[in-house]
Amino acid sequence: MKKLVNDPRRFVADALAGFGAAHREIVRVNANPVYVVRARAAGDKVGILSGGGSGHEPLHIGFVGAGMLDAAVPGEIFTSPTPDPILAATRAVDTGHGVLYLVKNYTGDVLNFETAAEFATLEGIRVRTVVIDDDVAVQNSEFTAGRRGVAGTVLIEKLVGAAAERGADLDELERLASRLVATTRSMGVAIAAPTTPHSGRRSFELGADEIEFGIGIHGERGRSRSTMAPADELADRVLDAVLEDLPRQRGSRVIALVNGMGATPSAELYVVFRRVAERLDALGVEMARSLVGSYVTSLDMAGFSVTLADVDDDLVELWDAPVRTAALRW
Amino acid sequence: MTLDTAWAIAWVRTAADRIAEQASELGELDRAIGDGDHGENMNRGFAAARDALEELPANARPSDVLRATAMRLISSVGGAAGPLYGTAFLRASEAVADRVTLDAKDVVAMLDAALGGIEERGHATPGDKTMVDAWTAAVSAARAAASSGDDPVAVLSAAARGAEEGATATDPLLPHKGRASYLGERAVGHRDPGAASAAIVLRAAADAAA
Repeated sequence: MKKLVNDPRRFVADALAGFGAAHREIVRVNANPVYVVRARAAGDKVGILSGGGSGHEPLHIGFVGAGMLDAAVPGEIFTSPTPDPILAATRAVDTGHGVLYLVKNYTGDVLNFETAAEFATLEGIRVRTVVIDDDVAVQNSEFTAGRRGVAGTVLIEKLVGAAAERGADLDELERLASRLVATTRSMGVAIAAPTTPHSGRRSFELGADEIEFGIGIHGERGRSRSTMAPADELADRVLDAVLEDLPRQRGSRVIALVNGMGATPSAELYVVFRRVAERLDALGVEMARSLVGSYVTSLDMAGFSVTLADVDDDLVELWDAPVRTAALRW
Repeated sequence: MTLDTAWAIAWVRTAADRIAEQASELGELDRAIGDGDHGENMNRGFAAARDALEELPANARPSDVLRATAMRLISSVGGAAGPLYGTAFLRASEAVADRVTLDAKDVVAMLDAALGGIEERGHATPGDKTMVDAWTAAVSAARAAASSGDDPVAVLSAAARGAEEGATATDPLLPHKGRASYLGERAVGHRDPGAASAAIVLRAAADAAA
């Protein structure tokens, strides 16, 4: 397997150093412990902090900047960061207004952020945590670790980041984030598994005509395996799963995201988006805003996910608010 | 052998050696039903814990060894395994805080406290196909051995056998916690990687005493 890697053990550090050099007007990369903060601190506001395993770029480091995250804490590939860097980043962005952690629902992420929050609280920093769990592929949360946090994370980080920039306090932001989590749903499909730099092997094998339906973002297998089908059919199946979980009626308003898993060209994502838009139009669901691209990836996994997040006028305004990060700018 | 500070140090060193030897097997178990990083993470953590042993004071007690190990595991493993193993070693350390040498009762208390910490952090219960299954079997085996009058080394040995049996017993289970839980039925027939690493760590404790 060919990879642009020096030493697998240095992969994350090398990538972060490059990221910092490329975006030095937006971010500052702290090497030890590893975290990323805005190049210019935001000042008097609640700090918005996210993080998780590396390999999902541009999530989360690509979304650090004005109007979005104050800090992101990347872990090793597909491995949550440990509490030390989370705590250090928390100290770096707390201005006395508290810090909101946006955490994807994976056991490791939840445990490490929980531990960091306990330490931060002992130091007198107010920390709240909202766990994002938008993945409808995980159905029975009673017998699992619960729904995973996947592509919906980028929409929630944008909206919550904008509200923080507008001056919302920690309570308001926690409520907003929880409300967004409750009305954001995603579903994904893989047509090729990712290859981790450590093993140099694909995390699962798929035959030429096979797909994994209902995947997460860590190279784990999905809900079921089935046969490859035309893009419209795959888009339908994915969108149906999202709508089955949270039905939207005529007049509903959503932000629609078609997210690439890392190795899917944007033209293919637009093929999928074409069908999603056609279906939403037919249902009378208003696509208030949309986003198409690879924002929450799984290394070089090929495939896509569809996310719908319910919005109202106020949320559309937050979406349109200026953002200046490495991966999202307007 | 007496279960003293030298034993605790030997435990961590042996565990680090065994984890390093079996990192790729643990990775393969995890690749089958998780994301494949368990071996790599545990290897990084126990290598760091081994380094931490160099900084211990000469008068360190077993609890100091366990505490230093806990802190290094928390700060270097990441994932779910970091907080879970970190909490286990931290609670084990607290359970034998003032002891210079451990008797059979101390070994049971230490393992039981570790299990309690893991259950509390991970919210898993026996039968969920997690490391709790290995630790639970280890604690009951240790308790049975202690109550039948075994010496502390034999109690550890019973715990190690219990953990191995508990890990093997996860094969047919349906996972309810952790990343494997997303696979549901597709995870049946695979050993839980956390239970497998727990068996390695507890076997190291027994072998370090032998």
